[in-house]
Amino acid sequence: MSDAFPQLETIPIPVATATEEVSASRFGWFRDMPILVKLSTGWLFLVVFGAIYAKLDESVFGGALPLQDPNLQTNNFNAETGEFGTGEPLEGPSASHWLGTDAIARDTFARLVHGAWVSLIVASVSATFGVVVGGLVGSLVGFVRGRFETVAMAVIDVILAFPALVLLLALVSIFEVRSLGLISFVIGVLSIPAYTRVARANSLAISNREFVLAAQAIGTRRRQILFREIIPNVLPTLLAYAMVAAAFVVVVEGTLSFLGLSVQLPQSTWGNMINQARRDLKVDISQVVWPSLALTLTVLALNQVGDYFQRRGAVRQSSL
Amino acid sequence: MASNDLLTVQHLSTTFETPAGSVKAVDDVSLSLKAGSTMGLVGESGSGKTVLSRSIMRLITAGGATTTGSVLYRGEELLTKSSKEMQALWGAEMAMVFQDPMTSLNPVVRIGRQMIEHVQHHLGLSKADAVDAAVSLLRSAQIPEAEARLQAYPHELSGGMRQRVCIAIALACGPNMLFADEPTTALDVTVQHQILNLLAEQQRERNMTMILVTHDLGVVAGRTDEIAVMYAGRIVEKAPTDTLFASMRHPYTEALLRAIPKIDDPKQTKLSAIIGRPPDLINPPSGCAFSPRCPYVQPKCREEAPTLTPGESAGHEFACWNPVGSPEAEQAWQQNLEGGLLQTLAAAGKATATEEGATPVPVAANEAAQ
Repeated sequence: MSDAFPQLETIPIPVATATEEVSASRFGWFRDMPILVKLSTGWLFLVVFGAIYAKLDESVFGGALPLQDPNLQTNNFNAETGEFGTGEPLEGPSASHWLGTDAIARDTFARLVHGAWVSLIVASVSATFGVVVGGLVGSLVGFVRGRFETVAMAVIDVILAFPALVLLLALVSIFEVRSLGLISFVIGVLSIPAYTRVARANSLAISNREFVLAAQAIGTRRRQILFREIIPNVLPTLLAYAMVAAAFVVVVEGTLSFLGLSVQLPQSTWGNMINQARRDLKVDISQVVWPSLALTLTVLALNQVGDYFQRRGAVRQSSL
Repeated sequence: MASNDLLTVQHLSTTFETPAGSVKAVDDVSLSLKAGSTMGLVGESGSGKTVLSRSIMRLITAGGATTTGSVLYRGEELLTKSSKEMQALWGAEMAMVFQDPMTSLNPVVRIGRQMIEHVQHHLGLSKADAVDAAVSLLRSAQIPEAEARLQAYPHELSGGMRQRVCIAIALACGPNMLFADEPTTALDVTVQHQILNLLAEQQRERNMTMILVTHDLGVVAGRTDEIAVMYAGRIVEKAPTDTLFASMRHPYTEALLRAIPKIDDPKQTKLSAIIGRPPDLINPPSGCAFSPRCPYVQPKCREEAPTLTPGESAGHEFACWNPVGSPEAEQAWQQNLEGGLLQTLAAAGKATATEEGATPVPVAANEAAQ
């Protein structure tokens, strides 16, 4: 019988050398990323950096980069110099205005970068609400089960059943002060149910895994089981979901501001930029294209990165 | 019931309610264990070994499970305790090592944290003392470079190493009673040997009482004081280890032992399997649960279930109408062989056992194999 496998002993066994191991553990995660995910990560870093820079330009960075004032109408009369500005409405791209100017001669690039701040805040507030509140409630409910679960999930289902956009429209019209804080808070609360469901589903599966039973068998307290055994296992999936959900939230905010129901003008957002440029669509299409492109790329990038982390999470679970 | 018994189980039954009907996974089991002794719990998959050990520890988490009977641990009834009260016993008094070390460690938490937090909380140690305790526990489980291993994630360790870590965690609070639920099933044979030796050594050092659950008679042979053989949720034979191997009386025990290939068998000997499958516990066969697979089966076996009755030697009990070695069994065997009963033919090597039944082996092929 042994003759049937003569080549068995001659197959070289790959031996990982020490240097290989080190490089794999330190940079492997980046090297293994598909090119699209690398580009997406790059774009997201750019958006986040731009948004933070725009917000803190004067106070912290002191105008280190030549970012213009997003609300300055560049063709206006300047009282100090006694001259009119050199800008014109609906200019094409040039060295002074990289992406041209909008209908009232404001620098589009500056408005775009400042608009990223709104998207960033709305996305991160809703993700924080979702991961912290939704994650905690979902993990708890999936672990504890029983009547508590029935009640909590009923409440969650009721919130989930509300058409989010309609509710937002109603709330935003009731509260007349439309600050970024309020918008973020409302969107944040509305995104909790989805996170809760994701967390609960994972918590249910993990609660039945043997290591939870093993923890119980050595007398671990239930609170400790929740925080040490369940939540660390729910978290990777939840964070991956947060990426995808953030993309959705960015679109929701865009929709709101397109309808003029997001933050107060003249604060630029990608949504209200599209809305304002819409009127001049026949004259200059590019003013609609830039914010739309930024929005599309950001959503795409968030989805790419979110999917990537979800895949990686799945690999880690199945390899164990 | 002697008073020096650490654990006494009486008439323990565990039933699961399922949509298809109720499953009696453990059926009227009684046993007792002296402090410091080891009991082997043997049976094939689905015979209720795991459910029995988890029922004793009150670790059945599935919904729709009911446990009746009595479990006395140091004279205290466990079945009526609240889960809060059980929590004080888990880990400190009784602990469990699970079958699959791949799944019984939290994959996203470092080994060190899993051990240290546990030790810290249970023994009320400071962080530094807990680290020391964890290191010495890992050392006693014969894990090399214990300090470095504290930083490892479970997936960075081999199966054998993980099981050692699991054992170290189970022993962390010095339990008096250890349930080892098929601790070596997921490991290969050489590692199996090491792990069993480790368990035996720790047991000796700490004077623990141990229940070793396995489906492998070879595993329990040299390492237990007493063996209980389970079939379809019942204990069918129970005896001190030496007695059991010297004079087993239940046909199922005999069949289990025959299923182990022997090193001095001639080449190309057919593996001896037990014909058929373990019974469906929702609709168990009438009479003795083993009767559909037993080579000694007689009409009486199919009608009336035998109960555990004491044998000739001390501590030996078995539940069988025609125990192996008795004249009745001899007669039944001959009768079944002549009658061409498949399970008897298979046991005699004249047919090949399969899950569905048996296919008679052509005589020529059978002779060629000899």
